Amino acid sequence: MSEINLPAAAEPIDQVGLKVLTIVATLALLVTAPFLASEYWINAIIVPFLILSLAGLGLNLLTGYGGQLSLGAGAFMMVGAYATFSLQLRVPELPLPLALIVAGFIAGAVGLAFGIPSTRIKGFYLIVSTLAAQFFFEWLFLKFPWFYNGNSSATIALSRGLSFFGLDANSPHGRYYLTLGIVALLTLLSFNLIRGQTGRNWMAIRDMDTAAAVIGVPVFRAKLQAFAVSSFILGIAGALWAFAYLGSASVQSFGLTRSYQILFIIIIGGLGTIRGAYLGAGFVSLLPLALDWLFQHLFSGHVDAGLLQNIQKAIFGLLIIWFLIKEPEGLARLLSLRRTQGARRRLFPS
Amino acid sequence: MNMFLETLIGGLLAGTMYSLVAIGFVLIYKASGVFNYAQGSLLLFAALTFVTLTDQGVPALGAIAVTIGLLVLTAITIEKLLLRPLTNRSPMTLFMATLGLSYVVEGVAQGIMGSQVRALNLGIDDLPIFLGDIMISQFDLIAAGVALAIVVVLSLLFNRTRIGIQLRGVADDTRAALSLGIDINRIWQIVWAVAGLVGLVAGLLWGARQGVQFSLSLVVLKALPVLIIGGFTSIPGAIVGGLIVGAGESLAETYIGPYLGGGITPWFAYALALVFLFIRPAGLFGERQIERV
Repeated sequence: MSEINLPAAAEPIDQVGLKVLTIVATLALLVTAPFLASEYWINAIIVPFLILSLAGLGLNLLTGYGGQLSLGAGAFMMVGAYATFSLQLRVPELPLPLALIVAGFIAGAVGLAFGIPSTRIKGFYLIVSTLAAQFFFEWLFLKFPWFYNGNSSATIALSRGLSFFGLDANSPHGRYYLTLGIVALLTLLSFNLIRGQTGRNWMAIRDMDTAAAVIGVPVFRAKLQAFAVSSFILGIAGALWAFAYLGSASVQSFGLTRSYQILFIIIIGGLGTIRGAYLGAGFVSLLPLALDWLFQHLFSGHVDAGLLQNIQKAIFGLLIIWFLIKEPEGLARLLSLRRTQGARRRLFPS
Repeated sequence: MNMFLETLIGGLLAGTMYSLVAIGFVLIYKASGVFNYAQGSLLLFAALTFVTLTDQGVPALGAIAVTIGLLVLTAITIEKLLLRPLTNRSPMTLFMATLGLSYVVEGVAQGIMGSQVRALNLGIDDLPIFLGDIMISQFDLIAAGVALAIVVVLSLLFNRTRIGIQLRGVADDTRAALSLGIDINRIWQIVWAVAGLVGLVAGLLWGARQGVQFSLSLVVLKALPVLIIGGFTSIPGAIVGGLIVGAGESLAETYIGPYLGGGITPWFAYALALVFLFIRPAGLFGERQIERV
């Protein structure tokens, strides 16, 4: 499919220096960001952007690397959020970070369960399984008051807020650092996973699962692993979305629209790349702002909000189609094209 | 027993409404291998256009003619701007492109014609008919009749006309069809237009049922399990799948629902589809793919 051109020599020293410099600069920017941006930017744009990136990362492991199309990202986020709520409410001894991890494992287990059909069903038939998850959990979390502790508005919120180990993460800065820390850790985890045997197995299955089975890739196990790891990350992203960004969430916060949004993030950003999730999330978070700004200036606020929403929707759809036609490998590929030629291409199955 | 029969018949008739939506999918999937997620938005677009025109005082027949014209135009545009540049891409890419397309169609249709709920009156009274002790909805009966008529017309089209035979050729082996000189782009335009017409019929019937608004495009999600059960490539499959889903849903809601607190219809069809898939991974009537390395 694509040629692998291994570099004949190690990277030139000056390029390594450049790389280190970029990394240091990025880190410095990330740490100081809260002091550079206004509170509005942190609350309304940067934190949701980070969380959406994390969710995109989770789905990308399953769809971009594992080749298993999922329309149920929202469902696994929902499970993570409701599990965190339940744990904080019913097991108050458990500090928040541990509760998040346990909630991640619960979401992972649920993902595993809904991934089981993937071992027998392929391609489009599989979206039925993930959609089943989507509709089932929307019903479950709304139907039984136990899940939202019988509160009259059927919403969930952490009563003690985001404090743990004597730290208080409720301020905008606190939320930012909490989110950033978790996103960084999980990104590192994903990097290591896809560079190792697990990731190689996923990509082999994505490219052609029959061939992968023939050369001895444990297809059954690898597919389930992909579902579990992806749902683990999605679950934590869901908990962050509910409590670090929204504050209080309901089933609607994780509806089908959210699932599509996450899918679009990875399509636009680039399927099967880690940085694609960030690029896509950036695009998805900034586009509405840019369109809003544009229409404000063009028509100075004379456009009715409903119409604006529909125009945004149409433009969004057009961009998706345009991306798929012009650059099916997403923004990530545009970047890598500029940077290196003959870099390993990661193709979505074609 | 009467209660059971009534639930069953009501469900079967409701199922034909699902089949109507599913047939539009099957047509496009057969001819171009595209899982057309935008079928629901096309359905909304068709119904919305019809309602807007009749609200402006255009007589029903004229409104239908204009809507059909617009649907054909849409089909040609889609073929030129979306399908042709994406020829030979993976089915996933095409699917995601139709997801984008559904956003465009919904955004444009609602942007121009408004997003409020519109009532659609087809002049069919929803009176109950009694067959012995069993109550049947007249509207559902007519909808079922329409679905049946569409299936007959489509199978005549597929089996008796030149275009139909070309269509089957394309569906069977695209490359072989191309080498025989079949104009595949024109075939795609025709198929998308026909699917649009089926969408119009489904949109009118569904619209009369629940009002014309955004949620109409969500019937896609109702049709999906139907397709899965019947198989993506079979029109009879879409009918049988619709009947199974319709009957299953209404029986489950009546007999299992109360134990689970009710409201299980949104996910029940999917659970049912999963069960069927475990037994037959390509649906009841779908073609099994032989895998080669």
